[in-house]
Amino acid sequence: MTAELITITIDGTALKVVPGTTVLDAARKVNIDIPTLCHHADLCSAALGKKVPAPSNCRMCLVEVEGQRALQASCATEINGPMNIKTSSPAIRHARQDILALMMSEHYGDCAACRRNGNCELQQLCAEYGVDTALFGRPEAPLYAMPDEDNIIQRDMNKCVICRRCLRTCELYQGVVALSPEGRGEHTDIATFMDREMMEAWCINCGQCINRCPTGALTERDDTAAVWAAIEDPDKLVVIQTAPAPRAAIGECFGCEPGTPLTFEMNTALKKIGFDKVFDTNFSADLTIFEEGAELLGRLYKAVVLKDNSAALPQFTSCSPGWIKFIEHFYPEYLPNLSSAKSPQQMMGAVVKTYFAEKNGWDPSKIVSVSLMPCTAKKFEAARPEMDASGHRDIDYVLTTRELARMIKQAGIDLPKLEKSDFDNPFGTPTGSGVIFGATGGVMEAALRTVLEVVTGEKIETLFDKADILPVRGFEGVRMAQVTIGKVGPVPAIFSHLVPDFEWLKGVTVKVGLAHGTANAIRVMQDIKEGGPLSQCHFIEFMACPGGCLGGGGQPIPTNLEIRTARAKAIYGEDAAYKVRKSHENEDVLRIYREFFKEGPCSHKSHELLHTHYKERV
Amino acid sequence: MDVPSHLQSEVKQLVSVHGRDRTALLPVLRGLNKSHSYLSEAAMLCVSKELGVPRAEVYGVATFYSFFSVEPRGKYVIRLCRTISCAMNGTYHPVVAALIEELGVAFGETTADGVFTLEQTACIGLCDQAPAMLVNDDVHVKLTKESVRAILGEYRRKAAAGEKVKSA
Repeated sequence: MTAELITITIDGTALKVVPGTTVLDAARKVNIDIPTLCHHADLCSAALGKKVPAPSNCRMCLVEVEGQRALQASCATEINGPMNIKTSSPAIRHARQDILALMMSEHYGDCAACRRNGNCELQQLCAEYGVDTALFGRPEAPLYAMPDEDNIIQRDMNKCVICRRCLRTCELYQGVVALSPEGRGEHTDIATFMDREMMEAWCINCGQCINRCPTGALTERDDTAAVWAAIEDPDKLVVIQTAPAPRAAIGECFGCEPGTPLTFEMNTALKKIGFDKVFDTNFSADLTIFEEGAELLGRLYKAVVLKDNSAALPQFTSCSPGWIKFIEHFYPEYLPNLSSAKSPQQMMGAVVKTYFAEKNGWDPSKIVSVSLMPCTAKKFEAARPEMDASGHRDIDYVLTTRELARMIKQAGIDLPKLEKSDFDNPFGTPTGSGVIFGATGGVMEAALRTVLEVVTGEKIETLFDKADILPVRGFEGVRMAQVTIGKVGPVPAIFSHLVPDFEWLKGVTVKVGLAHGTANAIRVMQDIKEGGPLSQCHFIEFMACPGGCLGGGGQPIPTNLEIRTARAKAIYGEDAAYKVRKSHENEDVLRIYREFFKEGPCSHKSHELLHTHYKERV
Repeated sequence: MDVPSHLQSEVKQLVSVHGRDRTALLPVLRGLNKSHSYLSEAAMLCVSKELGVPRAEVYGVATFYSFFSVEPRGKYVIRLCRTISCAMNGTYHPVVAALIEELGVAFGETTADGVFTLEQTACIGLCDQAPAMLVNDDVHVKLTKESVRAILGEYRRKAAAGEKVKSA
C-alpha cells in the first residue's frame, strides 16, 4: 500500500511528499539548501536503508513552520500533514548566526594553518552568514590538550563542534564504536574509552570519521614533512608507489569532477616533485593475486583432497589494513582464516628493497620507500614491527591522497594540466586486475580472472563477457557469487609445486563472498559463526571502507555515494582500457618469479618476504 | 587489561540478575557503582565483555550520569543540594563552610583517608526540608553546621568500625 502524498509549501513552492519525509529532505528535493553540520548524506535513513534517528545536534537547519512557536530543526521534523515552511527569514538567519558564533566561541585553532582551510563546513557557513567573533569571542588558549603527534587519527577536540558524525560513522558503517559522547549537556565531549589517545583506543584507523568531519577536528598524521626531507636529502633514493584508488580521486582536490582519473598526470607530477622512481601498486596487487591465489589453492587441496581440517576456510583477504586490525580486535578466533599474504603496499616495499635494489645496484639502506594510498590505516600497517623481513622497513612513509595533493600544490603544480607519463620499470605495467583492487569486489574479480583461467585452461571471456565479472561488482554491503568449474586444464609450471593436478576441482562450485564497511564484515562474521551461507564460501573479500579503497579514509573530502560511484566508474573505466587485465598476464610479475622468487608463489623465499602473521589485540 | 576474578564474579552475578543484553547496562553499572563507589576501568571492560556493549559506549553511559563516576571516590559520597530552595536557606552557607572545614576538601574532592567525597547535586526534591544532602543513599535534612558535624562523625565511626571488622 502506498501512503497518500502530502502537499506542503516550502518558501512559497508547493510540493508533494511521502509522509514521514523530513523537512530537510523535502527542501533539498526542490533545491533549497538548508545548512547542516551534523546531518550527512551517508548518515541518513535513505543512505543506510533503515530508519535512523536524526541527529539534530548542530541546530543549523532551523526553519519556521507555520503554527509552531519556536524554530524547528528541519532534519528532525517529519512531514505528516500539510505544512507551510519558511527556510529563510530574519529570525532564522539570526539564530544561525548566533549558533555559529557560539561554536566559534569554543573553537580554538589557527584557521589559516588548518588542514581543512578552504574545505571546512564551519568556515564556509561562517563566511556565508557573516559571522564574526565580536559577540562571543574566541578562545585565546586551547580548551583541550592537543593529541599526541604519533596518533594516525589526529583528533583535536578544540575544533570539534560535537556534531557526532564521527561516532555515528564509526558505529553505523564500521561497527567499531571507538568513540562515544562523554559527559552530558554543555560538558559533552567526544571521547574514546577512558578518554585515551586514539592510538590506544579500539580503533581500526580506517579514517572514515575524518572523511565526514565538518571541521578540522579529525585529520590524519601529516607525514609530508618527512617525505619532503627525504626528497631533499641527496643521499637518499626516494621511490613512490601509487595505489589505484587515489588516481581516481585526487582530481577532486584540483577542482575536477569526481571520477576524473589522473593516473599518468600524477606520474609526471611525482617526478617533478623529485621522486626518483614511480612504481605502480598494480604490480604488487597482481603479485598478491599469485600469492593469495596459490595459498587458496593449497588450502582447498588440503581440505578437499587430503581431508585435512587444519586448512582454515573460507580464506579471508588481507589487503585492507583496517579490516586486519578489525579482525585482530573483534574476531581473533578467525585469524587463521586470513590469507598470510602481505598487502600490495607491503609486498611492493619488500621487493623494492630486495629484488629491485639488487637488480639496480642500489643500497637498500639508502632507499626511502613511500606509498600513496587512499588509506589512513596503511600508515599503521607500514609501522607494524614485523614488516621488515628484508632487514629494512618495507615501507618508510605512507601518504594519503590528501597529503599528496597538498605536496603537489606546494610544488606549484596544476595537476590536471600536466602531460602524461608512464610508470617506471620494472614495476610499471598498469593492469586492469590491479587497478580494480581500488573498488569493493575488485580483489575478488582479479582473483577469479586468474584462478579460473589457470584452473580451466580456458579464457575467462568464455564465462564472463569481456572478462567483466559483474556478479562481484556493485555497492551492496554483503554479496555472494559462485562459479562452477566445468573442465580443468593442466597445472601451469608456476603452480606445479603446490598441487599435482586440478582433477579434484572438476565440477566444484567455487563460492565467494564480499563485504565492505566493517559493519558489513560483522554481518558476514556472524553468519559464518552461525553456519550460514557465507560459512560455505571458499574465499571472502573484506574491505574496511564503504565502497572499498575508493571510499578510503585518506581520500578527498567530502564523500557520499554519488562521489564513490563516480570514482568506481573511473576505476572500471581504466580496467577496461588497459591492455593487460589479468594478474597472470602481468609480465613484470612473471619476470620476478623467473628471476627472484624462483621457487614460485608460497615458496620459502616468498613466505619470508611476501607473507606475514597476525595477532590478537586486547 | 586483566580483570580481577572477584570483579568478574561480581559482574557475572549482576548479569545473572539483570540479563545479558544492552538493556541491562544501567542496572549492572548501578550495582557496581554502589559497591565500589565508582566504575573502574576494569569494571567497565568486564561489563563491556559480558553484555557485548562496546567499551566506548559503556564509558559514555558511565560519564553521562552524575551519580556514576569513573574516578575513584570515597566510601561515602556526600551530595549537598545546591538548587535554589536549599541554596537560599539561611543555614546553607554555614553548612557549606562546616563541610569544607570538617573534611578539609573542596567540592569534587575526596578526603585523604578515602572515606568521604564531597559533591554538589541538583534538586533532590527535599525543598521543604532545606538545606538537604545525601550521603550515599541516606537522606539528611534541615542541616545546620552543628548537625553536619554530628552526621560526619557518625559516618566516620561507621567507617572505622568497618575497617576493624575487615582487619580482624
